[in-house]
Amino acid sequence: MTIGLEHYLILSTILFSIGLYGALAKRNAIIILMSIELMLNAVNIAMVAFSRYIVPVLLTGQVFAIFIIVVAAAEAAVGLAIIMAIYRGRETIDVTKIDLMKW
Amino acid sequence: MGLVIAFWILAVVAISAALSVVLLRNVFRAALSLILCFLAVAGIFVTLSADFLAAVQVLIYVGAIAVLIILAIMLTREVQRGSPSNKLRIPAFIVAVLFLGVVSFAMINTQWPVVGIPPQEPTTSALAGKLFGEGGFILPLEIVPILLLAAILGAIVLVREK
Repeated sequence: MTIGLEHYLILSTILFSIGLYGALAKRNAIIILMSIELMLNAVNIAMVAFSRYIVPVLLTGQVFAIFIIVVAAAEAAVGLAIIMAIYRGRETIDVTKIDLMKW
Repeated sequence: MGLVIAFWILAVVAISAALSVVLLRNVFRAALSLILCFLAVAGIFVTLSADFLAAVQVLIYVGAIAVLIILAIMLTREVQRGSPSNKLRIPAFIVAVLFLGVVSFAMINTQWPVVGIPPQEPTTSALAGKLFGEGGFILPLEIVPILLLAAILGAIVLVREK
């Protein structure tokens, strides 16, 4: 059997669902950030698979994957800085306890 | 044939590493399995003949983002407390499974216009032409450094001692 576009898309969907579950169900803010990175990686796989199988000579999907990687790096830096600032002020990164703006 | 075996091995490694990210109790071990998942995704990029992206994946994700996450875990001392779930665990599981089912159904039942042309290799010079060349992505490429600069400045301002 050969590996087609669908195999990569299903792999990408499975990784995205795992990341979605982690982002929704976890309390630790760092684990939530890690789950978001998993979801971005899954999207990258889908982008590169579309680029490989549908427009093999244009490489547009790979260009978009590069931009996603850059944005993910910026997001990780700012997100972890916010987590550090919250930890310094409140001594916890449990997202169920960070409820200052909840009424 | 080698490509098929490589794909299945890398897919199994990536999915089990991703599962252990969300299921392991120890936060530090979760971060280590996240690194394993990033490496497996880099291998997936190689099987898709995206050599430059595989190198970028190893450099940025495995090199930079993983170090950043591990540093944050060290600095917040949350390792002892583990990674418990909140009370939305079962609804979140249902949402994730529903998402998986719906999107897989849509992806399997769509007729993708797949063309049989072999992919371009190596991709580095072609990507450079795409990014910097005529009619390429030069404007987004110029916006990206501004985004990175803003992110760096924001991170420094946020973590600086008052």
